[in-house]
Amino acid sequence: MTTAVTGGLSVDSAELRGFRQVQQLAYACAEAVAARLEPGITEREAARMQREWLRERGVRDWFHLPFAWFGDRTAFVNFRIPLQFFPTNRRLEPGMPFILDMAPVYDGYTADIGYSGSLGISPVQDRLMADLEAHRELILREVRERRPLREIYEDVDRLMVRQGYANRHRAYPFGVIAHKVDRVKERRWSPHVFGFGTQSLKGLASDALHGHRDGWSPLWSPYRFSDHPPQPGLWAVEPHLGFRGTGAKFEEILVVTDSRDPEQSAFWLDDDLPHVRRWAEEK
Amino acid sequence: MTVPVTLEEARERRVQTGGVELCVAELGDPGQPTVILVHGYPDSKEVWSEVAPRLAGRFHVVLYDVRGHGRSTAPKPLRGGFTLKKLTDDFLAVADAVSPDRPVHLVGHDWGSVQAWEFATVKRTEGRIASFTSMSGPSLDHFGHWINSRLKRPTPRRVGQLLGQGAKSWYVYALHTPVLPELAWRGPLGKTWPRILERMEKVPGSGYPTSSLPTDAAHGAWLYRDNVRARLRHPRQDAYAHAPVQLITPLGDAFLSERLYDELELWVPQLTRRTLPAKHWIPRSRPDQLASWITEFVTSVEGGRPEGVTATGKYADRFGGQLVLVTGAGSGIGRATAYAFAEAGARVVAVDRDVEAAVRTAEMSRLIGAPEAWPETVDVSDEQAMEKLAAKVAAEYGVVDVLVNNAGIGLSGSFFDTTPEDWKKVLDVNLWGVIHGCRLFGRQMAERGQGGHIVNTASAAAYQPSKALPAYSTSKAAVLMLSECLRAELAGQGIGVTAICPGLVNTNITSTAHFAGVDAEEEKRRQKKSARLYGLRNYPPEKVADAILRAVVRGEAVVPVTPEARGAYLMSRFTPRALRRIARLEPPL
Ligand SMILES: NC(=O)c1ccc[n+]([C@@H]2O[C@H](COP(=O)([O-])OP(=O)(O)OC[C@H]3O[C@@H](n4cnc5c(N)ncnc54)[C@H](O)[C@@H]3O)[C@@H](O)[C@H]2O)c1
Repeated sequence: MTTAVTGGLSVDSAELRGFRQVQQLAYACAEAVAARLEPGITEREAARMQREWLRERGVRDWFHLPFAWFGDRTAFVNFRIPLQFFPTNRRLEPGMPFILDMAPVYDGYTADIGYSGSLGISPVQDRLMADLEAHRELILREVRERRPLREIYEDVDRLMVRQGYANRHRAYPFGVIAHKVDRVKERRWSPHVFGFGTQSLKGLASDALHGHRDGWSPLWSPYRFSDHPPQPGLWAVEPHLGFRGTGAKFEEILVVTDSRDPEQSAFWLDDDLPHVRRWAEEK
Repeated sequence: MTVPVTLEEARERRVQTGGVELCVAELGDPGQPTVILVHGYPDSKEVWSEVAPRLAGRFHVVLYDVRGHGRSTAPKPLRGGFTLKKLTDDFLAVADAVSPDRPVHLVGHDWGSVQAWEFATVKRTEGRIASFTSMSGPSLDHFGHWINSRLKRPTPRRVGQLLGQGAKSWYVYALHTPVLPELAWRGPLGKTWPRILERMEKVPGSGYPTSSLPTDAAHGAWLYRDNVRARLRHPRQDAYAHAPVQLITPLGDAFLSERLYDELELWVPQLTRRTLPAKHWIPRSRPDQLASWITEFVTSVEGGRPEGVTATGKYADRFGGQLVLVTGAGSGIGRATAYAFAEAGARVVAVDRDVEAAVRTAEMSRLIGAPEAWPETVDVSDEQAMEKLAAKVAAEYGVVDVLVNNAGIGLSGSFFDTTPEDWKKVLDVNLWGVIHGCRLFGRQMAERGQGGHIVNTASAAAYQPSKALPAYSTSKAAVLMLSECLRAELAGQGIGVTAICPGLVNTNITSTAHFAGVDAEEEKRRQKKSARLYGLRNYPPEKVADAILRAVVRGEAVVPVTPEARGAYLMSRFTPRALRRIARLEPPL
């Protein structure tokens, strides 16, 4: 039996192992930093803690620098301009929800992850997290059905509305629910602009250029340019739910291949992640 | 609510203190936490006859006639016999007699609250008071500081506040004149007082005030003479409360301005605020609400409250613990309204014909602050189902304090495309649903006689004609007029009625609206198109919900929400011809 799939994206290819490793590293960082958060810590401090933790473990480049959102900023309340995504001096208080979001590059492999938690208990965020499971299932199912990305986006929207939530990924640039990630050449000097690594941006831009010619886009959005079936590659998927000042998301890599076998045509890079383990435990 | 006992069945005892004998009545199980109710002026303990039995199921309820009132004896001589110091002695004597080992929960109204503030802020009662619920009676010390701070820094606003309260205090000056007040009370005033209470203060008659009124009022004048001038001139500097305080402020109080309490946090470390739209005598006019707030507060202080989410919403002081029923609560405006009330701590009944959606709304309501929330699956146009619902709600959850008739459906299409079935459907839900709600729940409110509020969701379409929405607009115009008429009818009973008139709000209504005169495919297309249009307009239902809560708090009659709805409202009054021209435009679908 062959698992040969185009581009070497079989489940256990070296390529995917590289991505899996950096995704694990990023989630480990999120869990480590989350465990150290305490009342009074600011978003900026939390972002710096992530940066330092990953630097110490060999991360030199970023798809984007770590973000941290506290309180109603987890739901992007009153966000109007992209600059508001950057960490502020908002302080963490007991019962507050938070989200850590980071995209380190390690050994040329990129991860982009989102981790939701709260200081003490936040029943609303717990509920949001539980309800995200249905979104993870829906996305995988419809990608395997090769539905146009724009339609899947709308189905996610409908599920959110039925659950009574607001779509908060719409606040991201271009309203994306996902974007492509790729390998990045490691350079000695890797500058970033507005928090985004120039190497990764270059990759995204060249994808956008090629895609534009072939009728697809590396950004998975509600707009017409996403009116195409899933494009093989690695997609960082980040459904983000909001409910009255509380937000929750996960973000992880979905692998899309051009295999005819539905099971092989799309799969989550790794199921051993905090949110997935949590859903399993709750059953 | 079932009333287990009446005041007549109370156990009575007499307590000797400082040369007087106090008449003390007890209800309920002495093993439960003790709640002591202190009456005001001119009253006797019977002012609590509605509240006390409602508390007796849960607490050991104690009431006493203040010295010189009711069946307690008066000090001799009267002058100097009513100082706050002596009143504190009385309270301690009663507390020691009825609850020697455990601190008590104090509740005071009017002068009962004025005295209780003294009890709750002097050193020698520390450890004897577990909590204090104050209504319509400030601390004289706090009041003195309030006046002084306004005299010292008399900004125009502060002078205004001073004059405002000054005008409300006329009776205090009157009571300081010697002899005359006594003559008036023993003569004509004593006779007409019950009628004055009923007319001006909306106090229901029923055996209150009692026959001791003339002597209560005459003796009680000394409460003022012995204390007010001295304390206001030289307020105590250390009048800090040593127990948690719940302040209940009736907003229609003719004698006290709510501004008096602006700086109360300075004096009370643990303060819970409550407001209600009522006049001064709330123990008579709003016994259910008081009993529920006292119960909640005492229970939480006793630590018996189950771990839960606390309400953080803007109007928590007003809606905390109230019962709110919203129809069409499974989506859009209704759901957002249910959540806004939940955040304000209300108990929510979420009614929708969509089971799953109603369940969801109730669940989330509990997560964000509703102490209780229930889903109810009912089609509001179904008369029998609504009757059943009304009976169930009354039996299981209580009388609704705020009713929001919001369920509605959309229908678009020219008059001649609209079939009789289309008409029937839209009128059944949009108009009959509202009629049933008002009829059934409004009647329960009126029969209870303790106020309430009804909100009906009309629409800007109620006053903005359009050739595209004849049936829908007609249904909404009817809802608007129904609301206005009902408002007039219920005005005398403390029940407000509001019509909410939103413009374009981004909800599900566009995707479920019926488009008359086109085939299924074209209908789908128009639904999608209008959904997209409303999405671009993107006015969130949460803002409509905010407007609804604000309208209830302010008692507003007609509330257009969204700029286009307000614009059309103005045009309908000042430039109706222009509005008629707009009505002829083809909708952009
Ligand atoms: N959305 C707008 O632009 C707008 C503007 C003005 C007025 N309104 C009015 O606001 C109200 C709420 O509408 P919305 O926009 O939130 O719509 P919506 O469709 O999002 O929500 C309406 C809810 O009412 C429920 N419902 C419908 N018929 C029912 C019935 N017979 N019995 C019980 N439940 C029923 C539905 O299941 C749904 O959950 C309606 O009366 C509507 O006419 C809406």
